[in-house]
Amino acid sequence: MQTVKMVVTGPFSSGKTEFIGSVSEIDVVATERKITGAGEKEIKDATTVAMDFGRITVDEDLVLYLFGTPGQKRFDFMWEILSEGMLGFIVMIDSARPETFREARSILQTFRAYAPTPYVVAANKQDVDDAWELEDMRNALRLDPKVKLLPCVATDLKSVKDVLLELLYSILAEMETGG
Amino acid sequence: MALNGNLRDFTVTQLLNLVNLASKTGTLVIEGPNETAEVSFREGKLAYAMIGRENGSLASILHKGKKLSTSQYRSIQQRAGHVTDKELGLLLINAGYLSQEDILTTLQKSFMGVMRDLFTWVEGFFRFENNKLPPDDKISIRLDLENLIIEGSRQLREWEQLQEEIPSLEMALKFADRPGANLKNVNLSVEEWRVVSYITPKNKISQIAKATKMDDMEIRRIVYGLIQAGLVEITRPEGAKPKLAKDMFPTQDKVEQKSLINRLINRIGNI
Repeated sequence: MQTVKMVVTGPFSSGKTEFIGSVSEIDVVATERKITGAGEKEIKDATTVAMDFGRITVDEDLVLYLFGTPGQKRFDFMWEILSEGMLGFIVMIDSARPETFREARSILQTFRAYAPTPYVVAANKQDVDDAWELEDMRNALRLDPKVKLLPCVATDLKSVKDVLLELLYSILAEMETGG
Repeated sequence: MALNGNLRDFTVTQLLNLVNLASKTGTLVIEGPNETAEVSFREGKLAYAMIGRENGSLASILHKGKKLSTSQYRSIQQRAGHVTDKELGLLLINAGYLSQEDILTTLQKSFMGVMRDLFTWVEGFFRFENNKLPPDDKISIRLDLENLIIEGSRQLREWEQLQEEIPSLEMALKFADRPGANLKNVNLSVEEWRVVSYITPKNKISQIAKATKMDDMEIRRIVYGLIQAGLVEITRPEGAKPKLAKDMFPTQDKVEQKSLINRLINRIGNI
């Protein structure tokens, strides 16, 4: 049995757990704990402290694992461990919380430093009124035009599939250009 | 869709950059702790700017810009209080007292002054109201934002560049292994020497920062200088695992790797 993995990262409460939950064939093995910090508690009650874990069985010889990183900065020691051996990674960003964009950019750079693997950026919560437009987000995140910034709704299966497929297309393209 | 948030997360300079890049038309309203500012843009160019309840009339701006004397200003206020800015501008031009260029240049200086004040704001909520422009009776300008952005963003740019150059402080440093790189011939500051004294592939940059009691900005600035001078190089910490990308596939066979990705694409496409 061969296994490969992808990592879903992003700031606190950006939708990583929902993203994995939408596409995983098993219930996401989430390691969530109640939040104690007052500011963070306003946003949600529980957060991932170690990792989320989802699975997609491709065929009898191949399984894809999806790992979600803990979003809170104080758990960032887990990031490098989770990124080991990943095919690529997805940076989730809450389109309606611009206060997290700077952190998202920093997470993106950190993961780029860990491994030279392909990645895409998913602009989550594009279905809410306060969501920033993709063009504004790209500018705010200073994303290179070549980087895929994809609209996403983490609770919507099709949307999640599209993001995963775009990442796979990027990996394929990278393999083809890199020989 | 909304373009709003807090200045703690987005500086005024970054907002100008967004407006500029997207060639936006509308008004940026910033509610600071004490005052509210309104800055209008037309197709990504600065059109109008005003802070708080200051008198933003043309007469007041020309007076502050020393284009009108105090007595002239008072006279205009008393006799022509009902005249709009555009009408006043035309009157002054037709009377040969000021040229159109004088008026526009004075307005430009005034608006740039407002923007300079805004660069110092670090607290406050902002929102961008699409397509909202200043009232018709106000004279607007068309000022490229680039110079303003450059002025306001020097420090921000330095920080961001340093982050890009040194994305992770969890990396280590080693002395450059090349001829000609000789520390003895380089004039280093006390702070730089302190950093240099800790450089070994065993120490992460974050550990050096902690030992030298430097914050992220300071350590990045010094490390960046040393890298640029060709004295040190970034390296993975001694004992760290090798590059991660090598084990991203369970097989090293390129054909199998492509096949694996295509199987993943087919599977996910069919979920």
